[in-house]
Amino acid sequence: MSIQALMGQLLIGLINGAFYAMLSLGLAVIFGLLNIINFTHGAQYMLGAFVAYFALHWAGLGYWWALVLAPLLVGLFGVVLERTMLKRLYHLDHLYGLLLTFGLALVVQGIFRNEFGSSGLPYSMPAVLTGSYNLGFMFLPIYRAWVIVFSLGVCLATWYVIERTRLGSYLRAATENPALVQAFGINVPRMITLTYGFGVALAALAGVLAAPIYQVNPLMGADLIIVVFAVVVIGGMGSILGAIVTGFALGIVEGLTKVFYPEASNTVIFVIMALVLLVRPAGLFGQER
Amino acid sequence: MATARELAVPLPIATAATPTHQVVAFALMVAAFVVAPFFVYPVFLMKALCFALFACAFNLLIGYVGLLSFGHAAYLGVAGYGSAHAAKVWGAPPEVAIVFGTAVATVVGLVIGRLAIRRQGIYFAMITLALAQMIFFFCLQAHFTGGEDGIQAVPRGTLFGVFDLRQTATMYYVVLAIFVLGFLLIYRTIHSPFGQVLKAIRENEPRATSLGYKVDDYKLIAFVLSAALSGLAGATKAIVFQLASLTDVHWSMSGEVVLMTLLGGLGTVFGPVVGAFIVIGLENYLAQLGAWVGIVQGAIFIVCVLTFRRGVVGELGRLLRKPL
Repeated sequence: MSIQALMGQLLIGLINGAFYAMLSLGLAVIFGLLNIINFTHGAQYMLGAFVAYFALHWAGLGYWWALVLAPLLVGLFGVVLERTMLKRLYHLDHLYGLLLTFGLALVVQGIFRNEFGSSGLPYSMPAVLTGSYNLGFMFLPIYRAWVIVFSLGVCLATWYVIERTRLGSYLRAATENPALVQAFGINVPRMITLTYGFGVALAALAGVLAAPIYQVNPLMGADLIIVVFAVVVIGGMGSILGAIVTGFALGIVEGLTKVFYPEASNTVIFVIMALVLLVRPAGLFGQER
Repeated sequence: MATARELAVPLPIATAATPTHQVVAFALMVAAFVVAPFFVYPVFLMKALCFALFACAFNLLIGYVGLLSFGHAAYLGVAGYGSAHAAKVWGAPPEVAIVFGTAVATVVGLVIGRLAIRRQGIYFAMITLALAQMIFFFCLQAHFTGGEDGIQAVPRGTLFGVFDLRQTATMYYVVLAIFVLGFLLIYRTIHSPFGQVLKAIRENEPRATSLGYKVDDYKLIAFVLSAALSGLAGATKAIVFQLASLTDVHWSMSGEVVLMTLLGGLGTVFGPVVGAFIVIGLENYLAQLGAWVGIVQGAIFIVCVLTFRRGVVGELGRLLRKPL
């Protein structure tokens, strides 16, 4: 076992972990307020990557523009979905939200597969971030380092806003008791809409980050979302920091599995989920509700 | 959180005798299936009947216990592999192959069920989906499943040493018999005292617990029964089409059975059958359009959830004022 191979897989693990963390964070924020599991999350991650692709090929706007445009546009798409469809389901069983967003994911992914097939479209990384650092024991590609640092920054900023600011306190209060918060004069329906838009924007941002690494593929989010569900079950949706830590940790575990027992690398997260369910059904950071 | 009050149509009232209109509907359905192969392509009918049984088994969970399993493809798929393997590699007769496939699905259902019932509602759906995905990867990598190729050219064989299943007509009536038996078993289950407890759990789980029912045991039995009957459908399907493949284990298949049941009517007796025939018919019709199948299915999901939550049979039952 060479140290390079180990470090290489660890790095890939960290990158995957960054995506797990950003996606499960978005799911957790949405679930907290809307009580909906957003099955469209994987499709919205894919949309983020496609916005980056379109921006480059149609408008000549590069990576840095995409980092701004994709969350805005896909977030706006999310806001429209919430206003036109999701809000009609709040009085129903939560499972209907899952079914609706599953249907939306099928439609969005189907449309893109019709247009672009199921093979990936290449998306080149910005010139500034090409190349790699020589760390002595391994080469660290600059883009990958950037993805890890940037996504960690986004996750921590989200945590800060939700846990440490006034806006975040409204959000947490509305998660506990929306009726009471509304009675205090806060526009809860608007907050719900914006929260959904924000969660979706996080997914789109992750999609832009993923585009240069995994290519832009209509089905890039389809299988990923199931792994992210497992991550969410393992972490429990009670805590923001929990979602971040679980995401990164599971990415690393998956990377290590690829080194030591590659046959299980696809399934290791699901096995961990089964074990966590046996020992601590509410999830590592969750509380029963 | 645990209640599913708005989930489905109002409860059928528990009566000792089977309501006449349901007997009539059942007789009509069976009569239609008996004569159908003279008018419709029998292979299509067999496919639809297998999926109808699959959807009925799924409906047992969502419609009567209020549990949304998003991983039912696992049982359909592993049963298919089990029965195909038994028939092809071991040379087992079809009845043994189908029983073996069903048994495999039952065991898988027992394991997954035990884990999944530890959480409720939305978590239950996510857990079943994730564990089914694990089964998918297992089937993708295991050697006996044939990976991407699946198990092909499975012999149909001779049922009980008497009925030659290579003849399509014989095969069709065997599939019909299996479907009717499965259907009646589900019907009997939901109208038994056991089924009444399941509905009580669906309506108000804490109250069922406080009345002294071991809720988890009831849920697990219902889950395993549902997995076993899904397995029966999958095992039969593998013999009919002489093929077991990854398609049947994939998450999109889990989504499809949800769609069939939702479209036909959650918690109705005949809804899943109607839903399965509509969805399979649609797929046949749209097959040449490729990825459009996914788009149309997604659109049906959206329309059903937003405006048509009772489903075809649920609406029909409402118009006739009789639960179907």
